[in-house]
Amino acid sequence: MMWLSAGESEALVLSLSVASRSVLFSLPFAITLAWVLTRRQFIGRTVLDAFVHLPLVLPPVVVGYLLLVLFGARGPIGGWLERALGIELIFTRNGAALATAVMSFPLMVRAMRISLENVDRGLEDAARTLGARAFDRFASVTLPLMLPGVLAGAITAFSAALGEFGAVITFVSNIPGETRTLPLALYTALQTPGGDSQAARLAIISCVLGLGGLLLSEWFARRVRRVLGR
Amino acid sequence: MLQVAAKKQREAFTLDAQFELPTPGVVALFGRSGCGKTTLVNVIAGLLDPDSGRVALDEDVLLDTARGVDMPPERRRIGYVFQDSRLFPHLKVAANLCYGLKRARAPAFVDLDLVADLLDLGPLMSRRTHELSGGERQRVAVGRALLSQPKLLLLDEPLASLDASRREEVLPYLETLRDKLAIPMVYVSHNFDEVLRLATHLVLMESGKTVAQGNLGDMSLHPRMRAIIGADAVGAIVDGRVLGTSASSGLIRVQVGDGELNVHCDGVAPGTKLRVQLLARDLIVATQPPQHLSVRNSLKGVVTSIADDVDDSNLIAIDIGGTLIMARVTRDATRELGLAPGLPVWALVKTASLRPHPI
Repeated sequence: MMWLSAGESEALVLSLSVASRSVLFSLPFAITLAWVLTRRQFIGRTVLDAFVHLPLVLPPVVVGYLLLVLFGARGPIGGWLERALGIELIFTRNGAALATAVMSFPLMVRAMRISLENVDRGLEDAARTLGARAFDRFASVTLPLMLPGVLAGAITAFSAALGEFGAVITFVSNIPGETRTLPLALYTALQTPGGDSQAARLAIISCVLGLGGLLLSEWFARRVRRVLGR
Repeated sequence: MLQVAAKKQREAFTLDAQFELPTPGVVALFGRSGCGKTTLVNVIAGLLDPDSGRVALDEDVLLDTARGVDMPPERRRIGYVFQDSRLFPHLKVAANLCYGLKRARAPAFVDLDLVADLLDLGPLMSRRTHELSGGERQRVAVGRALLSQPKLLLLDEPLASLDASRREEVLPYLETLRDKLAIPMVYVSHNFDEVLRLATHLVLMESGKTVAQGNLGDMSLHPRMRAIIGADAVGAIVDGRVLGTSASSGLIRVQVGDGELNVHCDGVAPGTKLRVQLLARDLIVATQPPQHLSVRNSLKGVVTSIADDVDDSNLIAIDIGGTLIMARVTRDATRELGLAPGLPVWALVKTASLRPHPI
């Protein structure tokens, strides 16, 4: 990364780190929610579904604000996390990861649900008659068959996490080396006199990363289709 | 003994079924498409909960709604071969086969080598499931179900999605299983030829209800069969014993009742059982010992009953020494010959119209 300045490469590495944490953290929740929303009938399902999709329609700054209220040092969840587990979210990269996770969560769940709806339930019945209990059936049949959706969801969410701006800057501010991810660095460069060329380089990096994510996603999808013979 | 009783009310359909099968044996659930055969099989497997019912296999009670017993499918030890095979597409053939084996709740009495040998699966092991033909898929599905060490095997129209030649590829394997493994089977079909070759017992279903049941020989004489199999397929199915090969003709001599039939059949040893279908339309009835005829088979018996049949004909039931057979003759013939219960008669049939099946 010879042609990147220290600040730029720091923002790039931080972005990748935040996006990875965000995806790893939200993956199990997203799989569980996709399964619950697709396979279970219960009162309040529609409300839960709407709630999951809320970040798609809310201004990101509102999400950031709500996170501040809930996960701030004096918030009901944030205060407990800090006292009980020593986890600080506000002004930290973990906080940035949480903000991006919440914002990209609906994209992840959507991709997984589409994939799960295409899994033939007859195969789960077959697994049942062959002696597989509920979790075993899910792990050995359902999950492998919805894997294309899980991967697509993870890659989409990762790409979206790289680009999340509003919720991050509202919740964890813009601290170099800790929460200043690529879009925040780009925004900062634009605010700085003479930062034009830096802004351009950061924009190019963002484009390359986004394109790479899309290509990777397509490659995975093809590979999985070939294995499953579709 | 497999005992099944189930009631289930749906909007436009009522299941009200009850049957028993002495084990080991193969019971055919037989009836038109949509008469509730698959629904009943799903109740046995535990995949569908009936409103009320009981399923018991020997001394194990798998379902008894009256006593609140409802074992989940994964604990019932019932192998299920689905019409659409339902192989796991993300696993290779070998992994599909071992899926149930790994999760078996009993010591293995069927191992991979035995199944590979019985079903000829060796060459398929490393294939992906989408590379298999329809017949191969069903053989793998049968092997997978067997390897879960089941106490009962359910086969839901396993050959229905195959064309006639593919069907002929799979049927002999199913016959081998019946003969080599003492696993009771419930075989769902609307194809009478498959039933004829595989089943020991038959349960007749009509619009959700079990209307008649019994061993295959008795059921072949049941009056309600005609509506489903068609008048041309009506006829007694008799299980005979091979006496030997006729020195002069090379035909196989089979004892049926007190009489003897000569049939074309390869590779059957004396003493083995042979199932022969005597179609009612192919039988000729004589009131005197026949002479000067080319017909090779003449069975002496006594008329036991006469029933009205299609197209101004009668179905004549004849007892040939503890075994009943049926002949279709015109009402004219019944009148002219003076056929009546108790009358001694000879039933004649050409060797060419007999279709024997080793059982």
